[in-house]
Amino acid sequence: MSHPVELVQAVREGQRLALARLLSLIENEQPQGEAALSQLYPLTGRAYIVGVTGAPGTGKSSLVNEIAKALRAKIYPGLHASRPPGVAIVAVDPTSPFSGGAILGDRIRMRDLAGDAGVFVRSMASRGSLGGLAHTTSSVADALDAAGFEVVLIETVGAGQAEVDIARHAHTTLVIESPGMGDDIQAIKAGILEIADILVVNKADLPGAENAVRVLRAALDMAGNVGGAEAGWQVPILQAVATTGQGVQTVVESLLRHREYLQASGLWRERGQRRVAAALEARLRDRLAERWHAAQPDGRYRDILARIVRRELSPAVAVQEMLEDEPAPDAVERHPAERAGARR
Amino acid sequence: MSQPTIRVLIAKPGLDGHDRGAKVIARALRDAGMEVIYTGLRQTPEMIAEAALQEDVHVVGLSILSGAHMALVPRVVELLRAQGQGQVHLFVGGIIPDEDLPKLKALGVEDVFGPGASTQTIAARVRQAAEGRAPSPGP
Ligand SMILES: Nc1nc2c(ncn2[C@@H]2O[C@H](COP(=O)(O)OP(=O)(O)OP(=O)(O)O)[C@@H](O)[C@H]2O)c(=O)[nH]1
Ligand SMILES: [Mg+2]
Repeated sequence: MSHPVELVQAVREGQRLALARLLSLIENEQPQGEAALSQLYPLTGRAYIVGVTGAPGTGKSSLVNEIAKALRAKIYPGLHASRPPGVAIVAVDPTSPFSGGAILGDRIRMRDLAGDAGVFVRSMASRGSLGGLAHTTSSVADALDAAGFEVVLIETVGAGQAEVDIARHAHTTLVIESPGMGDDIQAIKAGILEIADILVVNKADLPGAENAVRVLRAALDMAGNVGGAEAGWQVPILQAVATTGQGVQTVVESLLRHREYLQASGLWRERGQRRVAAALEARLRDRLAERWHAAQPDGRYRDILARIVRRELSPAVAVQEMLEDEPAPDAVERHPAERAGARR
Repeated sequence: MSQPTIRVLIAKPGLDGHDRGAKVIARALRDAGMEVIYTGLRQTPEMIAEAALQEDVHVVGLSILSGAHMALVPRVVELLRAQGQGQVHLFVGGIIPDEDLPKLKALGVEDVFGPGASTQTIAARVRQAAEGRAPSPGP
């Protein structure tokens, strides 16, 4: 099953172990994974990708569990005409910067989903990437999309403010707050409100939920309701109790309404394109850097770095120098340091 | 290519109610650079096997204090094999009577750790087992 062709075939047939292996190959950036995903690529672009983000402990996993359950409980004609939609979940937790290891604990809250063959849950460590996702999360979502899941829910690292990457990788971004955190206007970082298409105040069973809603509403109004960034969509502020399921059906309905809104307004295509562009850009950057490194004589990079550290060179000039060197023939002539020298 | 990060599922089957030991092991393995999927209390063998599959782990660690190991472990082994994960390394931690050790080993359990086992020893054994095979089948 290690050969991409066999792997692709098995994934297309719905073999779950093959899918799990494919996800590992992608996560580890192994060539067989890239090859398999390239073959599966024509099958992508169909799933509804939903990002779920918010500060640590706000109830992201618990809510994802409930949303998945609600989706699996009935037919949603927009997602699949004749059966409940297949739901894949990617849950990202932080990698320890000290050991490189991670504890991936989101499944603890998702035990209700066990035994449902229409659900697939995969935990990922962020592996050094900032922004709330792992470097390969988007490709993992692509693979799940190709495997035929109608909905892919991505739970980001709970980091509080910087996990805005998700907005580039999802159709709809759900931002979860909980009472007590929303009291403080400072706690609502601008970035997180701007990426929210739907806001959920979870733990509405705890005191302060109403207040959190008020504070969020005021913050949204102040920002001119820029959440979701587009005209024609009022960012709803919903209340839920993920531990009992209260309010979850409304969250699901809002998701589906947002999906319809995206499709009707043409934003579905635009966001899909944005997602592809983000992935393409990242890959291009990686490969160019890789190629540059591979083409350098040993130690050159280290030398340049040392010169920057000694303040003999600024990073900007260094990069200019590094790149302008590349076309070998006239490199000497165009050497920026020499040009500067000549002018002097 | 360097070895991919070792992925371990730590699960707590059975009905006994605390998971302090399992959490200590999970942290120790994280500190040893592994990715540990932690699933919480009261997992059935079916839930454990399903999680092992979806997460494509190299290692499954079962923490069993209830005395039900001779019922739980064979079932987990059977399910892993049936779903094509016979190569996953299985470890058991907990209070296991000496006379059951050979039976567990015969089932394919790699090692059994009692309450006194050091976390360093456990991490080292897990690493050794996991690195003994190519985690996802190579070309
Ligand atoms: N009272 C109350 N507790 C909740 C609710 N939802 C979740 N919790 C609890 O809040 C804690 C954290 O829930 P999680 O779902 O793990 O939160 P999370 O945002 O996924 O956490 P991280 O992934 O660690 O950032 C758990 O103890 C949940 O049981 C709720 O609606 N009400
Ligand atoms: Mg979580």
